[in-house]
Amino acid sequence: MSTTTSTPHVGETHAEHEHHEPGLIGRYIFSKDHKVIGVQFLFTGLIFLILGGLLALAVRWRIAWPTSEVPLFGKMLDDAGTVTGSEYAVLFTMHASVMIFFVIIPILVGTFGNFVIPLHIGARDMAFPFLNGLSYWMMPLAGIIILFGFFVEGGAAAAGWTSYPPLSVIASNGQTCWCISLILVGTSSIMGSVNYITTIIKMRAPGMTLHRMSLTVWSIFITSILVLFGTPVLTSALILQILDRHAGTTFFSHDGQPLLYQHLFWFYSHPAVYIMILPAMGVVSDVLSVFARKPIFGYRAMAYSMVGISGLGYIVWGHHMFQSGMNPALGTTFMISTMLIALPSAVKTFNWLGTLWGGNIQFTTPMLNALAFVSMFVIGGLSGIFMAATPVDIHIHDTYFIVGHIHYVLFGGSLFGVFAGVAFWFPKMFGRMLNETLGKIHFIGTFITFNCTFFPMHIVGAAGMPRRYAAYAVEQGTTNTWAHLQPYNEFMTYSALALGAFQILLFVNIFWSIFAGKKAPRNPWNANTLEWTLPSPPVHGNFFPIPEVYRGPYEYSSPLVAEDYLPQSRKLDPEAEEKERRMEAEGH
Amino acid sequence: MSSVALAAHPPSQEKEILGVSSGKMAMWLFLGSDGMSFMGLIAAYVALRIGNWGIWPDPTKVLAIDLTAINTFILICSSVTMVKAFAASQEGNVGKLKQWLFFTMLGGAIFLGVQVYEYSQLIHHGVKLWDSAGRPAAEWLHPAIQGHSTLFTATFYACTCFHGFHVLSGVVYLAFILIGVMRGRWTVNRIEIVGLYWHFVDLVWIVIFTIIYLF
Repeated sequence: MSTTTSTPHVGETHAEHEHHEPGLIGRYIFSKDHKVIGVQFLFTGLIFLILGGLLALAVRWRIAWPTSEVPLFGKMLDDAGTVTGSEYAVLFTMHASVMIFFVIIPILVGTFGNFVIPLHIGARDMAFPFLNGLSYWMMPLAGIIILFGFFVEGGAAAAGWTSYPPLSVIASNGQTCWCISLILVGTSSIMGSVNYITTIIKMRAPGMTLHRMSLTVWSIFITSILVLFGTPVLTSALILQILDRHAGTTFFSHDGQPLLYQHLFWFYSHPAVYIMILPAMGVVSDVLSVFARKPIFGYRAMAYSMVGISGLGYIVWGHHMFQSGMNPALGTTFMISTMLIALPSAVKTFNWLGTLWGGNIQFTTPMLNALAFVSMFVIGGLSGIFMAATPVDIHIHDTYFIVGHIHYVLFGGSLFGVFAGVAFWFPKMFGRMLNETLGKIHFIGTFITFNCTFFPMHIVGAAGMPRRYAAYAVEQGTTNTWAHLQPYNEFMTYSALALGAFQILLFVNIFWSIFAGKKAPRNPWNANTLEWTLPSPPVHGNFFPIPEVYRGPYEYSSPLVAEDYLPQSRKLDPEAEEKERRMEAEGH
Repeated sequence: MSSVALAAHPPSQEKEILGVSSGKMAMWLFLGSDGMSFMGLIAAYVALRIGNWGIWPDPTKVLAIDLTAINTFILICSSVTMVKAFAASQEGNVGKLKQWLFFTMLGGAIFLGVQVYEYSQLIHHGVKLWDSAGRPAAEWLHPAIQGHSTLFTATFYACTCFHGFHVLSGVVYLAFILIGVMRGRWTVNRIEIVGLYWHFVDLVWIVIFTIIYLF
């Protein structure tokens, strides 16, 4: 990769730099700088990623070898170090809750939202820096509360990440910790999204029109709207669940309606799956365009298809409840609206391929992860259409097919998007380059073991193996329908252990590179967006002065300049400017 | 909060989009979000009531409609005084501003006081969530809801209490603004933002009063 160190017109004057430098705690812990808060979200998310991953490995261990002792962590379990049935329920519940609410959402929305938005739109910080810091600090607090569940009488939440009543109403007090924690983490998300939307609408640099924003910013803008109007409904549902558990009410049991909870829950949690994929889509769009050295194919179609996905995302929640005995007419309505989501998703996939087509592709670590995102998202998206069809869903509902699907979207999609984004912005975050060799080994290992772990889930799921059962294998005294699937399960567990082992490389790479990586130049990837005109890492306050923006973010291989990139803030000479205006008028 | 943000950024960077300040836009977004949490509770009320058709008690027989109607009137009056406060802030009349802000707070406080009195009366007459003495429901439940769905009391307390919490937050919020005015630290914009919140809380109450008390 080339090491272009400077772009012609960067505001070097620090005369406007009037902030007084805060102390160590003010700078790194209770910081109001959006870049520091973004990194805080990243590290918190990575810590929870380790925890969530270990929980998943324990789940896989139980499925493959139910009677043998769990290595290393066996002492933390009762019953001779093996995972008991009730512990198994705790493990999969906490794995999903931690991964969704404390890894994927904080990293995608918290890290990329905070770190990227002001840098991409040319702002000095968020609209409300204090609110921003507050929204971060609610997250570790919520994390402590959900983990506190492990230490209360009866253990942590064990009613699944969906926590359907009546089971969740009669569950142990860990469930209450779970509810309180989710209310807090939801409040943190709402505060963040108010901040993101206000910042994007009000704080753009001169010339930064809505259609000159990068797709990452678009995606987080749309995600924030989903968070803003979806999360409070979950909060209401959780308040009612807490009342049911502790105040003797019966909203969701007895003469109340368990289905009411499901409706309220999925009204949030279906948009939440788009909250967990849209930012990754935006990040990947940016990464693909940079490393294909081509403008993104169909910029407006990309932005509007995300709007379409989020709009449809609000009217499809019932497809999680086809088994609940809903009116077939209603089921069909939900089925059709769900299938409609395939259209904007296909537009996006088509445009990613169009971006790659004929491009001068550079296989860097962020690019490899972005390519993995596109391919894995296609598999996860297609299996999603299977489930949208009511008749098929009745067969595969609550089987491992669903587990395979969700992991292709959330790991193959979101997490590869996270890897791509972290590798892409790492130089800007820490001023050091990630090690490319380690990054590539991590990518290849993760990609192969990921597929070995999750693809067989489709097979065992179609064969009827249900999810959330503690006992699949042959145990004494139990007849077992799924014993013939055990070789698959053992293979998946071996792959999962390898997958977990490869993540050690990710952590080694990140922490080694922060301290000993190659110094990063201003613009290591020759990218166009505004952050690459700044030093790595940028100072508090970013832009001195605020840049002027002349064009969209995807002008790669432009005929107007000798280089193959044309930064958003570079002013062209009058002749080239005239040519640019003519090209724009012709619709290029 | 907004003042911190505004101080940290030169006003030149704020765009005059839709003619609103950042703080006002954030308040609108928050109210949209908060409106959805009330939507969740009201949807739960409607779903549970329809699901228990026929065994739902007649709210007009259990609840004191006249008392709450007066209370609703007081809350609406506090919205009027809020408008007056905003007008005074636009005129720059600090004396009037303080006066009207105080009356708005007073309206909110009276509303909360009446609600507490209403709860105590209801609980005294056996319209409650549970019995602290542990007696069976047949002994303490109000005759008008005896044999009916107890979800009536549950949804009643959940919705009105959640709203009451918002009124309480509003009174505290107004108190902070009033202290700011007394110290000479206020802007028209901040008065308008607190006004938005207060009108929202009023509007939600009118919906709750109509659906839970009158229907």
